[in-house]
Parts: sequence; C-alpha cells; structure tokens
Amino acid sequence: MRFEDLLRPTPKGLYCPPGDFYIDPVRPVERALVTHGHADHARPGHAHVTATRETLDIMAIRYGDDFSAASQEAAYGEAMTVNGVSVSWHPAGHVLGAAQIAVEKDGVRIVASGDYKRRRDPTCTTFEPVACDVFITEATFGLPVFRHPDDREEIARLLKSVGQFPQSAHLVGAYALGKAQRVIALLREAGYDKPIYIHGAMQKLCDYYESRGVALGPLAPATVDRAAKDQFEGAIVIGPPSAFADRWARRFPDPIACFASGWMRVRQRAKQRGVELPLILSDHCDWDELTETILEIRPQEVWVTHGREEALVRWCELNQIRAKPLHIVGYEDEAE
Amino acid sequence: MKPFAELLDRLVLTPSRNAKLKLLVDYCAATPDPDRGYAIAAITRDLDILSVKPAMIRRLVEERVDPVLFGYSYDFVGDLAETVSLIWPTPHGRAEDRGADDLTISTIVEALHSASRSDGPKLVEGWLDILDSQGRYALLKLITGGMRVGVSSRLVKQALADFGGKDVTEIEELWHGLTPPYLPLFAWLDGRTEKPVNLAAAPFRPVMLATPTDAEELTRYDPKDYLAEWKWDGIRVQVTAEGNARRIYSRTGDDISGAFPDLLEAMDFEGSIDGELLVGWPEGGAIRTGRFSDLQQRLNRKAVPAKLQAKYPAFVRAYDLLQSGDRDLRSLAFEDRRRHLEDFVAGVPADRFDLSPLLAFSSWEDVAERRNDPPDPVIEGLMLKRRDGAYVPGRPKGPWFKWKRDPRLVDAVLMYAQRGHGKRSSFYSDYTFGVWTGPMDDPQLVPVGKAYFGFTDEELKQIDKYVRDNTVERFGPVRSVRAEPDHGLVVEVAFEGLNRSARHKSGVAMRFPRISRLRWDKPPFEADRLETLEAMLD
Ligand SMILES: [Zn+2]
Repeated sequence: MRFEDLLRPTPKGLYCPPGDFYIDPVRPVERALVTHGHADHARPGHAHVTATRETLDIMAIRYGDDFSAASQEAAYGEAMTVNGVSVSWHPAGHVLGAAQIAVEKDGVRIVASGDYKRRRDPTCTTFEPVACDVFITEATFGLPVFRHPDDREEIARLLKSVGQFPQSAHLVGAYALGKAQRVIALLREAGYDKPIYIHGAMQKLCDYYESRGVALGPLAPATVDRAAKDQFEGAIVIGPPSAFADRWARRFPDPIACFASGWMRVRQRAKQRGVELPLILSDHCDWDELTETILEIRPQEVWVTHGREEALVRWCELNQIRAKPLHIVGYEDEAE
Repeated sequence: MKPFAELLDRLVLTPSRNAKLKLLVDYCAATPDPDRGYAIAAITRDLDILSVKPAMIRRLVEERVDPVLFGYSYDFVGDLAETVSLIWPTPHGRAEDRGADDLTISTIVEALHSASRSDGPKLVEGWLDILDSQGRYALLKLITGGMRVGVSSRLVKQALADFGGKDVTEIEELWHGLTPPYLPLFAWLDGRTEKPVNLAAAPFRPVMLATPTDAEELTRYDPKDYLAEWKWDGIRVQVTAEGNARRIYSRTGDDISGAFPDLLEAMDFEGSIDGELLVGWPEGGAIRTGRFSDLQQRLNRKAVPAKLQAKYPAFVRAYDLLQSGDRDLRSLAFEDRRRHLEDFVAGVPADRFDLSPLLAFSSWEDVAERRNDPPDPVIEGLMLKRRDGAYVPGRPKGPWFKWKRDPRLVDAVLMYAQRGHGKRSSFYSDYTFGVWTGPMDDPQLVPVGKAYFGFTDEELKQIDKYVRDNTVERFGPVRSVRAEPDHGLVVEVAFEGLNRSARHKSGVAMRFPRISRLRWDKPPFEADRLETLEAMLD
C-alpha cells in the first residue's frame, strides 16, 4: 500500500480512504477523528466525532452538547478499528486531552501528531513517541530562530516585574484553552499563592481542568465594579489576548501588558502588539524539539503541515530524510 | 550580561517614563560596579569600543548555519542582530553552565576596548557560544552600534538622580567630566563619598529655566522689576570656551559640539554664554534668522559636510553670560550680567554671535500686545526676567517667565485612529486628521498631521467610542474612520508653527500639534481647507 492510499490531504482535511474518516477536518464531515480541542482542529457540525474524553468535553463546553450528532470516546494507548483500519491514540503533550492518532493498515503506519510539544507541562500528559512509517508533524514554530527558553525563567520574569511594579496590574494574554491553565499552574509551582484573576471567557475551562485533577489554586473573576479598581494593584490577571484591546482592560490600574506565546520570541511581534512584557511560553515544539523528534522516531517519510513547512522540509533534505509539505489550509498559526 | 540584556529588552517595550526610571533605578541598585556604569554608558551611547560590521556578523553565522534556513529566518524576523542571536547554534542546557554568569558587560567592554580590529570576530564568536539568545542580542546591538532603547540621556540622568536621591541638575553638572564606568559618581550616589569635583575643562553649568505664565498671573508682579526679550525658536545652548577646551552643550548637558564645527571655530573667547542656537545669514550688519526647519538640517548629525555648514551657518543669539574669563557671574543680578554680556558679545565674531535684543515696555498690556505681534516669524513668544535675579539652576518660580504666543488653530477632520500604548492600549488615542482640498463641490481630505494629546480623559473616551462606532476599515492597530463632508468628527487642532514638507502629501508639516477642542457641533464640510494652512506657512 502506498502511504497516500492510507492517508492523504484533501480540501476538507486529512482523509483516510479505506477507513472513510477525516482527522481534524476543517469542514463538516460524516466521521471525524479529532486530536485536540483548539478551535482550528475541533470544529462543530460533524455527524460523528471520535476523540479523547477531555477533547469531547472541551468541545461540549465550547460548542454546546450538540456539537455533533454522535460521539465516541478514545483513551490513550487504546486501539480501535474503523472500517478495517486500526486507529490508536497517544498523548501529544499539547493541551489537556491532546492526542496523536496512529492509523495502520496492511503493515503501514502513519502517525498524525496534531499539535504537540515535548516539554513537561503540569496540566497535561507528556508526549510519547510512536514508531511509524510516516510522521505527520506540525511546523508552527518551524524555523531555527524559535528556541523556547525554560518556562521557569519566563514565570520568574513575570514575578520579578510584579514585585517591581506593585501598583500595576499585570495583564497576561493567554489562549483560553491550555495556555491559561499552564501559566496558572506554573505560577503555583513557582510559589505564587495569591488569587489569580481570570477573564470570564476562561472560567468554564479552568473549572473543567480542576475537575480533571489539575490544581489551579485560588482563582477569582476579573470582573468587579469600578469602585474596587485598586483591588487589582499588584494582581496578575489572565485573559484572552483579544480582550486586551477591549474596554475590558480599562478597569485595571496602570496595567502592564504581558503575552504568553511562542511568538513573543520575536521582538517585533511583541512591539507590534503593544506587549510590554513578552513571556515566551509555547504549547508547541520549538525548532530543536521538532528536529529531535524526527530523529528519534526515524520515520521513512515526514509530512509537514501547518506553519513554516518549507524550512522543516529543507532541514529533512539536509539530513537525508524524505519529506514533503502537505499544504492543508484552515489551521491558524496566529491563534496561539 | 544577563541583567543588562534583560534591562534592554524591558526598556525597549516599556512606554511609561516612570516605569523606565524604575527599571533603571532598580538595575543600578542591583548591579555592582563597574557593570552598572558600562551599562549606563551603553544606553547613552558613550562607550568607546571596537565596533563590528553587520556583514562580519553575517559571515560568522553563515559558517555555522545553512544559508537557506538562515534566509527563511531572516525574512521572518527582519532584524539581523535578532536573527543571529536566535539562530546561533549552542548546545542544549543552561547558559550559566557554559560560563555565561562570568561573562559580564565589563568583561566584554574591557576586552573590546583593548582589542585590535582583527581580534574582534574571534572574541565575538567565543561570546556568542557562551551567551543565551537574549545575551547574544544585547552583545550584537552593543558592538554594531545599534543600541536604540528609547531612553534619552536626560532620562538616564534623572534615573541616576533618583537612584542616589539627588537633584538632576547635580548630575548634569558633573556628567561631562565623567567617563565610563563612572566609579566616583556611583560612589557618591551610594553615599560612600563626597560629591566628586568636576575637573573637566569647560564644564557644563546647570541651566536656569523659565516657568510658563499668562496675563492673569502677571498682574501679581510689578512690570518695573522685569526685563523682556524675545524667545527664539531654536535650541537652547550653553557655549563655553576655557583654556583649550570649547564645548557646545544642550540644555541638559549633552555635548553637541561635533555637529557645529563652524560655531566652534568662532569661539575664540574665555567664558560661557547662555543663548539660542539658530541658523542664520549675515545681512547688512545683522543676522537674518533661519527657520527651525533650517536648523533641523544641522541637528542629530555626528559629522557635517562643509557644504551644509555653508548653506546653513549656525550662530548663537546670546541671552546671558555665566562666566567671563575666570569670573563666575552667576550670583550677579540679571541686569548686571546683561551689561557684562553686552560688552562680551561686542568682542566676539559678529557673524556667529549676536545679542538677544531687550524690549521696551511700560505695562503688562504692552507686553501682551507685543507678544502676539513679533517682528520675526522665528519668535515663539517672549521671556520676562527679574532684573535682580541671580542665575540659579532648575526652574525656580518667579525670576524667569516664558509667555508663548497663542498657538495657531485649524479645524480638521478625524481620518484615522490608532490604539495607544501602555495605559492607553485599549483606547484609540493617536489621531490622524486632515483638511479639505480639491474642487469645492467634490472635496477630498488630505492628512495634515497626527496628535495624541490635548484632550481630557473624558474626551478620550468619547473619541474612542466615536472611532469604534464609525470604523470604515481596520488595518492592524489602525482604524480608518468615516470622514465625509456630511459625516465625521471635526477637531480643532492647535500647533506652534508650520513648515513646508516634501515628505507629506499635503506639503506641510505641523510643529507640536495637539487637539485643542472637539467640535461635535461642526459639520465636516465646514472644516478648513489646505489653502488656509498654506497661508499660515512661516
Ligand atoms: Zn492546538
């Protein structure tokens, strides 16, 4: 069997002809396998969705219980058969519930890793490499300039600034699913035990993380009447990045705009967004981790999708590894 | 290098002046000598070290990184030093374990100070291997002379003053006699020693400044106690020649001599004059004063071609005399200093120095009248100085007043709004406005300026709401706002002067524009036309 006969890119997303299913389809389909709950991977409106318990729950939180007509739960390490194709699920280390999906038939195995990262993250299960013939990798940070620093140093910089500017509120922009909870958990690990204020859009997801055993410590809504403005002096407030341009941000005293994202590695990006304290925290692999993962798995072929495909393909060529870009549209690299 | 690199990154992204001061003060408190002194000198660009060309850096990185991958990366990042700092291959693990903690800014500066041109690349390569990416970035900016962190030397002096609990004029006074890493200065700021004595020849003398005033306030003072002179629209300077040293200082004590070799050459005297630096041409025994835009041709240059010096000759219009020969005149009354000044100016080259004329007046009404009808367009108002006042540094209230002429006003239409920074990042607070041009029955708006202050917080909220409710298009942080003859927001814009400008589509550039009033009442078609502005050209 040729690799492309088992899995191939189509306008709707990655399609498996023998199994008749899509992985992370970008348009409504009959049967979807979903790697994780981020909006560009998990979309509403499919007839049937298979995903981890957490991903299904997150889709229900975001889109309502009727996000698809039917759903099926998958567990890490579990294998299932879909129309004669074997499908197994493995931790991707990206956000809570994120999975790599291994698809196998007639001795050919392809791993679609979705979004993934290799670092320890107190809020989700660590990535596990899976041997395969074809490894489909993301390339969000697929340029050799992206080398994420140690998380603890980034959190330490935030805490140093909080100590330096006790009259200010530090507003930390963080993606509502995954990044926000990780920032909170890392702050707790660093010994920060005061209440952390969160934007209303994050409440349900934080509650959900707590219910899955991810301890986040005392959280309080960042929505209090005007009279109490000074209660935010010295506070850490976490909200979706988009909210910081809104009138919402005005309630805080002398705010210092922070943004937790891998993009903050590039100063110009921070500058353009008016970020004063960039925190380089990413839920994706950096360049070194992408290339090391490929070397560790040693697949016959690497397929590169969303992000800077051409650079990672070039690196594979330089290392005598067969590689090609998939050019699937619909995944946003700006989102995180 | 790490604390310094971190400081740089924070300074670049911090818009608030107070927050910048705090960052600098905290750095000085936490950093030992001589690192803090070298860091300060790096920020004020007073370090004299071996520089390395960007092309050299590029060659270093291309020995280590695939040029194709480097090209993709450079395209994405857009800045060479930053790309190299990020892409430079180092082993995994903490920079501390590679010895980064021992690699301080002092080690680097001192090594570069004594290095030969051919040593440079080897040294840099070794350091790039040790530092982390933030440290590499700081290093590359340091050695390529690209250190731009949005911190003026004035701000640095203020931070040093705050750090040591001193007055900034004391720092200004000492500054020019000091060299990096400023050990005696920090010893004094730490409280370990007495204030250092400025041993420099031709030192800077902290400047006396005026407070703004108005007709109402002046009624409390007796006009007989004051002398009046014009306030010229150039830059305030202190020109000092003592022994072999000749210096031209800005009013904050920065040495700007390098930009004015023509003036420097004419400073064949012993003394220190306080005056206005202007551009002007000798004509009939006097000097015809050039506009501020002429002077701008001469500013912010390290070297000035002879052609430019001839086309825009610099001169000083003298206001005051601080030192004459070995006599310090600062404790004398202004009236007495003025007499010394008149004698002094009579003895220096008349094409490079003239005397700021005094205005005769008998009442404040007289003064008010003269103020709005100055004899020269390069006058921006007038100065009132107490006859018996000594020359004291800083801005004491009473001895010197400045009374600016009324600003020019124009009604313009809001065209674009951009989100602000810091406190204002959730507001559309930077405005581009335009006036009408083209045929009367089909007028077009042409942008004539930008303003981001002049309004109250309450008005800011109103404009912000207007912008959000009337957005036509969005590009990044900018919104274009509905601006049509019958629908739009008219703003009254105040400005100090108007220059011709080839860089602006409208052909004019405003000086110091600000929003003076919101004209919710005025239909946009009644806003001014470009012809009105052109008639106001100085
Ligand atoms: Zn994702």
